[in-house]
Amino acid sequence: MKSSYEQLEMELRPHGVFVTSLEEIYNWGRKNSLWPLQFGLACCAIEMIATAASRFDIARFGAEVFRPSPRQADLMIVAGTVTKKMAPQVVRLYNQMPEPKYVIAMGACAISGGPFKEGYNVLKGIDRYIPVDVSIPGCPPRPEALLEGLIKLQEKIARERLLCNEAARSTTSAQPSEYPVPNYGANDLDPPYNSSVFHPPPIHVGD
Amino acid sequence: MNVTLEGETVVALKPVFGYLHRNHEKLAEGMSYLGSMPYTDRLDYICPLTNNWAYALAVEKLAGIEVPERAEYLRVILAELTRIQNHAAFLGFVLGDMGAWGTALMYAFRERERILDFFEELTGARMMVNFMRFGGCRWDTPAGWLEEVRKFVKGVPNFLDEMEKLLVENEILLARLVGVAPLSGKRAIEGGLSGPPLRASGVDYDIRKVDAYGIYSRFRFRIPRGEYGDCYDRFMIRIHEARESVEILKQALDEIPEGPVLNPKIKQRGFRPPPGEVYARLEAPKGELGFHIISDGTDRPYRYRVRPPSLINLTLLEEMCIGAKIADVMVILGSIDIVLGEVDR
Repeated sequence: MKSSYEQLEMELRPHGVFVTSLEEIYNWGRKNSLWPLQFGLACCAIEMIATAASRFDIARFGAEVFRPSPRQADLMIVAGTVTKKMAPQVVRLYNQMPEPKYVIAMGACAISGGPFKEGYNVLKGIDRYIPVDVSIPGCPPRPEALLEGLIKLQEKIARERLLCNEAARSTTSAQPSEYPVPNYGANDLDPPYNSSVFHPPPIHVGD
Repeated sequence: MNVTLEGETVVALKPVFGYLHRNHEKLAEGMSYLGSMPYTDRLDYICPLTNNWAYALAVEKLAGIEVPERAEYLRVILAELTRIQNHAAFLGFVLGDMGAWGTALMYAFRERERILDFFEELTGARMMVNFMRFGGCRWDTPAGWLEEVRKFVKGVPNFLDEMEKLLVENEILLARLVGVAPLSGKRAIEGGLSGPPLRASGVDYDIRKVDAYGIYSRFRFRIPRGEYGDCYDRFMIRIHEARESVEILKQALDEIPEGPVLNPKIKQRGFRPPPGEVYARLEAPKGELGFHIISDGTDRPYRYRVRPPSLINLTLLEEMCIGAKIADVMVILGSIDIVLGEVDR
């Protein structure tokens, strides 16, 4: 059974009339012109640049406009190891981005600390402070993987609703668009993670 | 960097480090000798193969390991390919920083991707290659690989001509580079600089010639030198160095013998060198990369220290920037060619 909207669409299409919903055209426009924030942290940044350069050409997906200012960006690609010294700046940049905004955690380090997880100065994943939409594993992920992650994010954006109970985060005030910036303290970041974003996996100890 | 300005002129500058301090040295002291090899890839992540080689060189010197002939040649080929791709990426990045956003980078990365294809074919990874082993290389080249490299190397001079034309014939670029932040050879030596920034100041010092590590004494190549030590010299020296790399590559590809690539007597896992202390260095694309290892005879290094070229080349940054305009700071910093993974480790 097709919805009335789909029936209308099928009826009108042979006559050269296209109908769409506000939601669809809004999401279509947004997903095809994501502007990433131009910043790289470590090795993954080189692969991010390679993705933007000649062979892989991220412009095919409409995301080639790397903006140096967070005020103009929609997408934050956390590319590389986030150290404890760098984490407050990354969260601050996220806070300065206008809604709707998305985060891609690129590479093992941004997801979980990666090979440097044991290091005393390495943050064990940026998802401790800001919500992450797409995680791309790899060390570093290939440019194709970054493009795949971008496509996944586009699919996510295309599914977003504007006005209903499952409305997107950007349209409601239920979820904050800014998160507290951790303090780079004497021993560790304070707090070690934001409990409203990050839920550590439960540890089951045997009987 | 903390920069103090008077109008647009820099009066003080202080680099602030530590934003990418990933505890490389501390982690290496807690793991086996072979376990550190993948981490060295991530020091200077644009040229992992020379980092691998520097570490392998240090451990080989410590334990007195012999390297088979074919592996030595393979190492030279890989190191020189790395040098070409590093210098290409350098030109792309810095021209991008100067405002030629995109164009130069596209040309540079076109060439870089071709070299990364070779790395991928040989090692299985584009960037994090983890290819050198104590006493050789991990495995031999796939069939036809050397032929493909030979074909590619013939085309590199065309790319370098193209890049050089872009640098020499662009009036805006010359205005931004010529005479900016000149550095005398005497100061460069006093500052401990190494690699291209040192040679751009006219000092004839290349560890490939001075130490002749590996088999570099067998190749004929020249050491390009700058005259004034300004940004223009620091740019052009990269082009000239890449040309010399092509010469070395041609010789190495012609002379590479058949044979094993790994010394079979060395037990890679659970490797235990005799107690001792060693410092080994080589000419990485960015300068002198050295590893200082103290062994106490166990399977883990007692002390592991990296001498990164990027960090030590930054010593004279303030001196070079004082008196320059704020817009030139980016160019001066870029012309030193640093990688933060190596500066902070």
